[in-house]
Amino acid sequence: MIAAPPAAEDRQRWMGLFARATPAQLSDLMKDLPAHSVLRGPEVGAVMVRGRVGGTGQPFNLGEMTVTRCTIRLDCGTVGHAHVQGRDKSHALRAAVLDALLQTDRAEALRASVLAPLEAAEAAARQQRAAKAAATKVEFFTLVRGEDK
Amino acid sequence: MYVAVKGGERAIDAAHAWLAEERRGDTSVAELSTVQIREQLSLAVNRVMAEGSLYDPDLAALAIKQARGDLIEAIFLIRAYRTTLPRFGASIPVETAEMAVSRRISATFKDLPGGQILGPTFDYTHRLLDFKLAAEGQVPEAPTAPARLEPVPHVMGMLGRDGLIQSEAPGEETPPDLTREPMELPASRPLRLQAITRGDEGFILSMAYSTQRGYGRTHAFVGELRIGTVAVELDIPELGFAVQIGEVELTECETVNQFTGSRTEPPQFTRGYGLVFGQTERKAIAMSLVDRALRWKELGEDFTGAPAQDEEFVLMHADNIQATGFLEHIKLPHYVDFQAELELVRKLRREALASREAAE
Repeated sequence: MIAAPPAAEDRQRWMGLFARATPAQLSDLMKDLPAHSVLRGPEVGAVMVRGRVGGTGQPFNLGEMTVTRCTIRLDCGTVGHAHVQGRDKSHALRAAVLDALLQTDRAEALRASVLAPLEAAEAAARQQRAAKAAATKVEFFTLVRGEDK
Repeated sequence: MYVAVKGGERAIDAAHAWLAEERRGDTSVAELSTVQIREQLSLAVNRVMAEGSLYDPDLAALAIKQARGDLIEAIFLIRAYRTTLPRFGASIPVETAEMAVSRRISATFKDLPGGQILGPTFDYTHRLLDFKLAAEGQVPEAPTAPARLEPVPHVMGMLGRDGLIQSEAPGEETPPDLTREPMELPASRPLRLQAITRGDEGFILSMAYSTQRGYGRTHAFVGELRIGTVAVELDIPELGFAVQIGEVELTECETVNQFTGSRTEPPQFTRGYGLVFGQTERKAIAMSLVDRALRWKELGEDFTGAPAQDEEFVLMHADNIQATGFLEHIKLPHYVDFQAELELVRKLRREALASREAAE
């Protein structure tokens, strides 16, 4: 039942995707959750966000952000985990279940039905924002004055 | 002697009920939703997140509604809420060089890789009231142009290559956290930056302005100002790797400051740094000026007695929640304190009158 453990990078990618998605996006793509038991949470807490002095130097504490975390186990024994931005417990629970399912033989189907649309939506949103920013880019031109002739 | 006075309960309940009614206002006008506040008063939301030290636009919008638009009261609500949250950890420092920028300008270089991107700015508006906004209507869609998705380099890196600008000492030390331990002076630069980024915008703005007017002059140019989103990554010990837990919008300002050299440092440009939650441009620019002014000791400059150079003055008065708490507590009952003062003044007057009569 349990597929070979995915490469950490692959798992990182989908966990980040679930964290950045809105709760509504996730519940639209994954309405019913399979049987599972909750090992931890869902629990709302905070993570201290750090920056660097001058962008490149020593770390400093910028301020916290709200985060909800959850750990579940599917009936087959696969454990799924989630840390998602905000305070939506169903978001964290759904992300944890998806994390577990993506480690099972249901992964291929879920890549197509959940990961692909989430990635496409995120890419489109980024593209649109970048396109609006690009439209506000200044194109300098120089006025030539007559007396230099 | 301590005398407990009771009896305000009924009055307080009635005051709270009236407050709730006033908050709602005229019920024939549609009620404001927190989602409307989040989407349409986003700069107020950003300020509450920055000074409340908690990035959560929905909570900030709720706080603004509850506080009837009093942003310091809203910040107070957020600060109180955040103390109830367990801390899951601290993020890996965000990479502002990787920011997906919606605005990025430099006042020092006209032509720079990535270009000058104005973004959704108030600059160049005429500051004339737009009465069209008083009527409901559709907003035309903003124009677009072919997008570039690769990150734009920091302007400071260009000056750094020639050694013309002081470089930041790298490090991975765990920074002090003033929300966990009381602030100790003298403060390290990381501690100062934490205090300033959550400090009151008006106070930081005035401190920065004072340096421009000559009180601790630092000759600042905005080397780069950028606004955009960065990913936040957290190490998850049970997984053994870091994952992105979300995205935050930040404003970053780096100043380039003229510096003719000191006893310890060669002539070069020096830097001030501002990094603030949300689209908070005025605060980020002000922060970078105040940061630079506070660096006089490290750069071997003279202390001219300017308020913005005085670390204790700046850091101990920047927090609007501490300031409000102490300021407003004097309106609460001080009946016994005042009774003692009254007795004292009466006694002094009696004595003064008696000695005057004796002299006559």
